[in-house]
Amino acid sequence: MAAVQETIEQVRLIDVDQYKYGFETLVDTEKAPKGLSEDIIRFISAKKNEPDWMLQWRLDAYARWLTMQAPDWARVAYPPIDYQDLYYYAAPKKGGNGPKSLDEVDPEILKTYEKLGIPLREQEILAGVERPEGEPRKIAVDAVFDSVSVATTFKEELKAAGVIFMPISEALHEHPNLVKKYLGTVVPTTDNYFATLNSAVFSDGSFVYIPKGVRCPMELSTYFRINEKNTGQFERTLIIADEGSYVSYLEGCTAPMRDENQLHAAVVELVAMDDAEIKYSTVQNWYPGDAEGKGGIYNFVTKRGDCRGRNSKISWTQVETGSAITWKYPSCILRGDNSSGEFYSIAISNGRQQVDSGTKMIHLGKNTSSRIISKGISAGRSQNTYRGLVSAHRKATGARNFTNCDSLLIGDECGAHTVPYIETRNPLAQFEHEATTSKISEDMLFYAMQRGLSQEEAVALVVNGFVRDVLQQLPMEFAVEAQKLISISLEGSVG
Amino acid sequence: MTPLLEIEDLHAEIEGGRKILDGLSLTVNPGEVHAIMGPNGAGKSTLSYVLSGKPGYVITGGSIRLAGVELSELTPDARAALGLFLAFQYPLEIPGVSTMAFLHAAVNAQKKKRGEQEMTSPELLKRVREIGKSLDITAEMLRRPLNVGFSGGEKKRNETLQMLLLEPKLCVLDETDSGLDIDALKVVSAGVNALRAPERSMVVITHYQRLLDYIVPDVVHVLAAGRIVHTGGKELALELEATGYAQFQNEAA
Repeated sequence: MAAVQETIEQVRLIDVDQYKYGFETLVDTEKAPKGLSEDIIRFISAKKNEPDWMLQWRLDAYARWLTMQAPDWARVAYPPIDYQDLYYYAAPKKGGNGPKSLDEVDPEILKTYEKLGIPLREQEILAGVERPEGEPRKIAVDAVFDSVSVATTFKEELKAAGVIFMPISEALHEHPNLVKKYLGTVVPTTDNYFATLNSAVFSDGSFVYIPKGVRCPMELSTYFRINEKNTGQFERTLIIADEGSYVSYLEGCTAPMRDENQLHAAVVELVAMDDAEIKYSTVQNWYPGDAEGKGGIYNFVTKRGDCRGRNSKISWTQVETGSAITWKYPSCILRGDNSSGEFYSIAISNGRQQVDSGTKMIHLGKNTSSRIISKGISAGRSQNTYRGLVSAHRKATGARNFTNCDSLLIGDECGAHTVPYIETRNPLAQFEHEATTSKISEDMLFYAMQRGLSQEEAVALVVNGFVRDVLQQLPMEFAVEAQKLISISLEGSVG
Repeated sequence: MTPLLEIEDLHAEIEGGRKILDGLSLTVNPGEVHAIMGPNGAGKSTLSYVLSGKPGYVITGGSIRLAGVELSELTPDARAALGLFLAFQYPLEIPGVSTMAFLHAAVNAQKKKRGEQEMTSPELLKRVREIGKSLDITAEMLRRPLNVGFSGGEKKRNETLQMLLLEPKLCVLDETDSGLDIDALKVVSAGVNALRAPERSMVVITHYQRLLDYIVPDVVHVLAAGRIVHTGGKELALELEATGYAQFQNEAA
């Protein structure tokens, strides 16, 4: 038992010291008054100088939200949230409608992104990460700091390709018809408690439109940072891939270490038209709280993709290592015939983290297919649940799904749970489900150590082997980052 | 001459459980091949685990020295870096980790601990291919996850590959013949024999004499009730095959 015991001990040591992104940026901030009311919503809408229909949309959502109850079916426990004790809008002070160029951005904020390793200066993009051809790959970044977008890079180059990539608050002014046409069509304002709250108070997020037949010339990414105290972050992302287009989008998240829990309730909507493909990757590393479960982000997120067109494809890949509580089910509605959806997930929980995550694959069209690969790793005293739904509508003849859920336990004080729901109303749908739960075995570690690997190297080897299928789905730069993150998350047990 | 392996009056038990090794002594000089035979439950596999430092086994007395270095307080990886290799009776499977990646990690982990220059991927690949050829190990096998879905013979050939690649000072072979058909046994034995050298020693643990037709030992020991009860030349193995272990079990009791 010695090796596993030691591993457990080391995992136990993981606490705030290991969270590398926990610093705070000191900037002057403009906040809305604390609490939630119609006035606050009007305040947010006015701040962004929104059209009337947008304000009305928000107010309708708010009225609806007041009648709703927080969901209680997930395997997570937390004290009731006092929604009047939160700030719903916080923005670094700086005149006007946001900075026009990087030179106008508060140097403190630029330093923050530099420290986080997020490239905002276009010439510095990914120095050091070489592509096989030797060309550094370009990534356009939208940096969201608390409630506002502070910088968006490569706008001009993208514009030349016809791609629209900008903060959603800006898109409301520059492309109001596009926003109006698609916003809320995948996740309606009435969808669920947290999505409805988001609809009422969302502040910023990214808007992406890829026109017909365009293959987006670079990866797009949004980097979310929560900085202010007692502030919720409610971002809204909307991505539309028009006929025959392709886009790969990446998302990263961090927050300072604080003793209070902070709420992050985002909504992401994806729309893929005929023959279009969207690849959406997330590396979520919100502050997870300390070893005793104090502080950390409540990550209550609604992400959904609509394969609206024939032969369309939406692929979600997520690496979830942060947050005190994760409640998140990136889903695909397979509406178009022959459309396909994918969900690849690595969810790691440690300390007192609670994860309830999975996906929904809703097969509506004919010959639609979906694939779910989920790898959960639980350590410390954490609880890690996979919850997934695969369903076939009666018209979804020829629907196919393959699901594989594997759980790995490190130590004996954590839990792994798998809750699959499978529903079919079409006799010609084919659904397969595989699930395994294993413990990092003493014998496996001993075998690797007998060959010369230290205990930490042995655990890292086993864990990396366990998550390999999913890591392979990530764009290269992200895979490298994710691999490092996995090591940090399990630091002590992983070298 | 300094013995390569020197075990003196070794006592060991399973953590919180029963005593298994009860005053075992064994000396192996460089270049020698020693066979350890004995009935089921005599402590043969336990000896291999205690030598290599498997968690869950506790040394309660005596000493183990490899080339003069006391092993009992060292971690398994430190022992490996000193040149101790255990060929497992049941090699473990590690899903998602290709055999080649595992070999690379193992070779360089040992080299790093010894302060030697690490091997580059092309160097390693070349070396692995050379060895692999003699063991009928295909490139396809090297790409597969370590031991996952391997047949019994493939697993043992893979153990032999690792042994040849790591070039240990002391090879401990635990029931290497179990699960092998005669053809695989020949391939594995040829690999092991290729490793015989004046500075290298082997401890071959086996229940049956069959393996010793192919890996011919210099010395044969009988292990019963946790200690060596009888020692002889290679002909002892044949005697045991004829008479069985009953006489020694009585002796030990």
